[in-house]
Amino acid sequence: MNLHAIWAIYIYEMKRFFRTIMESLLSPVISTTLYFVVFGAAIGGRIEEVEGVSYGAFIVPGLIMLSVMTQAISNASFGIYFPKFIGTIFELLSAPVNFFEIVLGYVGAAATKALLIGGVILITAMFFVDLDIQHPLAMVTFLVMICVSFALFGFIIGIWAENFQQLQLIPLLVITPLVFLGGSFYSISMLPPTWQVVTLFNPVVYLISGFRWSFFGTADVAVGYSLLAVTVFLGLCMAAVWLIFRTGYRIKS
Amino acid sequence: MAVIVAVEGLRKVYKDGFEALRGVSLTIEEGEILALLGPNGAGKTTLISALCGITTPTAGRASVGGHDIVRDYRPARQMIGLVPQEIALEPFEKVINTVRFSRGLFGKGRDDALIERILRQLSLWDKRHSRIRELSGGMKRRVLIAKALCHEPRVLFLDEPTAGVDVELRRDMWQVVENLKQSGVTIILTTHYIEEAEAIADRIAVINKGEILLVENKADLMRRMGRKTLRIDLAAPVDAVPAALSDYNLERIEDGHALIYHYDTRGEGTGITRLLQALAAEGLGLRDIETRQSSLEEIFVGLVREDTA
Repeated sequence: MNLHAIWAIYIYEMKRFFRTIMESLLSPVISTTLYFVVFGAAIGGRIEEVEGVSYGAFIVPGLIMLSVMTQAISNASFGIYFPKFIGTIFELLSAPVNFFEIVLGYVGAAATKALLIGGVILITAMFFVDLDIQHPLAMVTFLVMICVSFALFGFIIGIWAENFQQLQLIPLLVITPLVFLGGSFYSISMLPPTWQVVTLFNPVVYLISGFRWSFFGTADVAVGYSLLAVTVFLGLCMAAVWLIFRTGYRIKS
Repeated sequence: MAVIVAVEGLRKVYKDGFEALRGVSLTIEEGEILALLGPNGAGKTTLISALCGITTPTAGRASVGGHDIVRDYRPARQMIGLVPQEIALEPFEKVINTVRFSRGLFGKGRDDALIERILRQLSLWDKRHSRIRELSGGMKRRVLIAKALCHEPRVLFLDEPTAGVDVELRRDMWQVVENLKQSGVTIILTTHYIEEAEAIADRIAVINKGEILLVENKADLMRRMGRKTLRIDLAAPVDAVPAALSDYNLERIEDGHALIYHYDTRGEGTGITRLLQALAAEGLGLRDIETRQSSLEEIFVGLVREDTA
């Protein structure tokens, strides 16, 4: 195991984050505040409560998920796409490292960044609403698993992308709609019956539901299914990354 | 001397069917400078890429320091430093950080004293806190060399180190290569500048269309392959080459003030004695004679042309 290499990649990636610390942390804080103003104050004034939880508090898990998923994907995809784009990937390929070490460095850093941002949003939210987290251990577990699996997913996108447009394509066209339609801002029980069934095909529903359960003890789907969903997603991403390095797909001729 | 790089029947066929390497075999000895000389598209970069792990060879084997490059890739790659042809550096990073990153990537712990020595050797120490994008092209190339050297490799691959570099910097780079050789590093450089191979290499391998045409000591190569010319300055000009000398294919130059005779050192005899006797018999007085060895460039062009024919 080349620990020095994992550490070198991890630190190098984290430095990029801290180089732009203001942009990295300030933007999620601002956007969270905006969501609170719009959803919490404007809409929350009309909805008040969802399943016994104040609407302002109800949207916190969804807001954290939204930022964490998009940040994990964009950090990891950029992290590996950029060396491909500017050509420095040659160094990774010629170094005495294996795929596991490379992934650990890049995905570890991207997941850490997403985790930090998630934490900052949680703290910001606490200024707006009273939050009583019922299952803190489950909350951290869900958060970490989601950070890691979406960072892996981002890594795959970064390997696959051949230009900056493709880099944005999946997050914009797939992830954002799935998250918005995945019950970030509403409970599935508020939908008409047909749409409730359709929504169950959205994998993000399970992730948000499980995460919300760890906050309030209530969920759209049983928490066991949520855990299964995030585990399956993590497994799929790991398998895909393994396959990429096995075949050298888009990185090695 | 001990063999440090051994390549055996290395082939590379790309997905589109292009065969970039057609069974290359080559041994490189520790401490030497080997120039891999060939026209564009000859397979020089593919060979280096295969040895460094950037492309996967289709067939054949290679080892560095006795470690197979595929099976024992870790110890093999730890011995290798690679300076690529294209300048590939992260523009916003500081010089010292990118060099430290490379050292870590190759499995070595932080060593500030070593990095200082390397950066000083490459005249980069004053620029260590500059961002890459602020550096000139030549400086960037030095950063690439520093990155390649910072894990203390024993074999350094330089892929076209002076392509697109001005004359002054090229001489600088040659000096850097010479210093590296003094410190015991084995150097394999690819180039299509014959001048470069001639100036710094110990041995020369000529590669064309994915095949090694020859590998030989530079001096031997030039001696063996060398065609020479003899220039004869005449005491008095001649209007035409005398008929008695027609067998020698003499070239009349400078309005007949001098004659040029081409000969091959590989032949049985050079014919010089007979020529001089024939000149004397014709009553031509000689003012001066001069011989010249053909340059590596002429040898190379000849080889590649023969191969193409």
